[in-house]
Amino acid sequence: MALSVNSLLRSGRNAVLVLRRRAFHRSAQAAVQVTVRDALNQALDEELERDERVFLLGEEVAQYDGAYKVSRGLWKKYGDKRVIDTPISEMGFTGIAVGAAMAGLRPICEFMTFNFSMQAIDQVINSAAKTCYMSAGLQAVPIVFRGPNGASAGVAAQHSQCFAAWYAHCPGLKVVSPWNSEDAKGLLKSAIRDDNPVVFLENELMYGVPFEMSDEAQSKDFTVPIGKAKVERQGSHVTLVSHSRYVSHCLDAANVLAKEGIECEVLNLRTIRPMDVESIEASVMKTNHLVTVEGGWPQFGVGAEICARIMEGPAFNYLDAPAIRVTGVDIPMPYAKILEDNSLPQIKDIIFSIKKTLNV
Amino acid sequence: MQNMLSLLYSALCRLTGRAAGAQTVSELLIGLSEYASLTLPAVPPDLAQTQRLTPKAPPVVGAKAGAAPLASASLAAPVARVTASRTYSDFTPQVTLDIKKCELHLLEEGPSAKAELTREQGLRYYRTMQTVRRMELKADQLYKQKIIRGFCHLYDGQEACAAGVEAAINPTDHLITAYRAHAYTYTRGVSVKQVLCELTGRRGGVSKGKGGSMHMYAPRFYGGNGIVGAQGQLFETFNMAALWKLPCIFICENNQYGMGTSAERASASTDYYKRGDYIPGIRVDGMDVLCVREAVKFAADLCRAGKGPIVLELQTYRYHGHSMSDPGVSYRSREEIQEVRSKNDPIALLKEQMLSNNMASAEELKEMDVAIRKEVEEAAQFATADSEPPLDDMCNHIFKNDPPLEVRGTNPWSVLKSVS
Repeated sequence: MALSVNSLLRSGRNAVLVLRRRAFHRSAQAAVQVTVRDALNQALDEELERDERVFLLGEEVAQYDGAYKVSRGLWKKYGDKRVIDTPISEMGFTGIAVGAAMAGLRPICEFMTFNFSMQAIDQVINSAAKTCYMSAGLQAVPIVFRGPNGASAGVAAQHSQCFAAWYAHCPGLKVVSPWNSEDAKGLLKSAIRDDNPVVFLENELMYGVPFEMSDEAQSKDFTVPIGKAKVERQGSHVTLVSHSRYVSHCLDAANVLAKEGIECEVLNLRTIRPMDVESIEASVMKTNHLVTVEGGWPQFGVGAEICARIMEGPAFNYLDAPAIRVTGVDIPMPYAKILEDNSLPQIKDIIFSIKKTLNV
Repeated sequence: MQNMLSLLYSALCRLTGRAAGAQTVSELLIGLSEYASLTLPAVPPDLAQTQRLTPKAPPVVGAKAGAAPLASASLAAPVARVTASRTYSDFTPQVTLDIKKCELHLLEEGPSAKAELTREQGLRYYRTMQTVRRMELKADQLYKQKIIRGFCHLYDGQEACAAGVEAAINPTDHLITAYRAHAYTYTRGVSVKQVLCELTGRRGGVSKGKGGSMHMYAPRFYGGNGIVGAQGQLFETFNMAALWKLPCIFICENNQYGMGTSAERASASTDYYKRGDYIPGIRVDGMDVLCVREAVKFAADLCRAGKGPIVLELQTYRYHGHSMSDPGVSYRSREEIQEVRSKNDPIALLKEQMLSNNMASAEELKEMDVAIRKEVEEAAQFATADSEPPLDDMCNHIFKNDPPLEVRGTNPWSVLKSVS
């Protein structure tokens, strides 16, 4: 009985169902509102409990409860051996984390923001990503690198970069970019359980945003598979492909356009690498139009990759117009609010691009 | 000058019916002092608001020829207040003070344990530190009003470090720092107005609003840098600086905490002045501007003599948290902060030294405080009212001395322009 309910849930994730799990009967309970931050905290808590090889290290993760409070309460619960404060030394502690993964532990290495990961990128790429290959499968590196990625609000050029394209460029890495609370929790659990290095790109502006979490998502064994995109909104006129915070923008744009009779299909990538090209192709073959939306810079970016893959595959013949990328402006992030606002995709930019693509 | 004083004195005596007995300049000054309140004139507004290249002292009157401002002060003040009058000749012009002896690493001799301080220097250091203090507190206020956004790392408590460093080096020397940079931006010559305008993200900012708190620059001041950490780089730098005998002073402003982690929890050795290993080092009381000045002067002389590099550890304290999003009390007690404020505040220390050595009057320092507050308030008002940078500046300055280039906007139909 439990088994068939679970398989039903796996295929029908959008619906809110009345769930029966094991022998417990629950009344039709409304899904709870959980912020992305709390969802991440739950995932960390559950995985630390489940597997004693899992541990978290990074700056201010323990006694400060996390610079963004994602690891709140975990040091108190699990202690010094499982939640470890490091000095401000990214290259050093990333190397230590990779070494720990090679030796059999399952570290979660937090970067206070991914901008600081640049200080440690050699360890991420050369020590973590390439080792399984270089050792012909002998040496695995089961590590998760996580932290906020991309622009925040007013943090200027050195603290606003999106690293999705940089990390997704590298074979040997998995790169994940959750949008809502279910994504955050399910994907983090999958990342921790994965035997490979996973770059987990969170978003600071999403931490405080609440989303409905179904009962199933609140289970301790709830995971979201890496490498599978999700259709957040069905549509027939244009496919919008996005990741992280800009999924919200796409859904908002879709709501506005629905009033004008334009129905957008919104695809939440969830994983950047390996990218779920099949889902994008299936959608494009239905709608014949494609607009990608991301916060990162345009050149050699996530949208560029999507366009290239579509051109190389069967969906190209179904396009009625060239695929379009909506991206951040190709400049370092300015500080002044008016400039910052105009450096990132706004809902009006998405709407404009969709209408141009549809020629309306 | 004596004629002018004499004229003035006789006129006032006639007005008040006194017998004019004073003859010499000193007697005239003492006599005139009974007619006017002799406080330091406020800093002329135009001096305060223009961009300075070197810190200029307010027109200070020394013991020698101090009559000109005196005359203007009394002429400018129609109401002659008879207050507790002190003439400038009363103030001590220069004093030699004992300062804390520094701990040394790989050095036979260190900075002098005695510092000479002239009245002019004292007033200049006081002015610098007080301006930084008020500027930082104003930034705190503006941040809480959400007029400043993003990151804001405040320097209050550490003023003696920036003031002492600048007092010991030349404007032609090169300086770089990390994100807690507002004070150095000021001491390196950027006006309070341009700093606050940058913090509020307006076009009058020193980086035209495009940089923000951590990215302010000036000639021979290389910022303002947001990315720190990866300490390994520091030791690589030590190695090359020592290998090539570079004239570098490495200054660690040890404010006891790295973000929310105390030094003891993050460092295997907290003797930072020794961490240069084969590089000599000095541990300095960073709350005493004279200590800092003497140590940096010693270090600068060493470097200029070709004997660099050298490491300085300035032991200091920050009253605010790491940044405005850190309350700063979860990893240290309010009592600790209060203790430093009441016993070891750098501005209070200098004030005490000046007053107890009769180098300035409490009134004149108070007037300076008032003038500085006014300057900072006016700068803040300007910074709040100034307009944001224009949109067509958004893409400029990607490159230097390059032909104009096209920049992709948020979508393929948005083609923007970048000029060098």
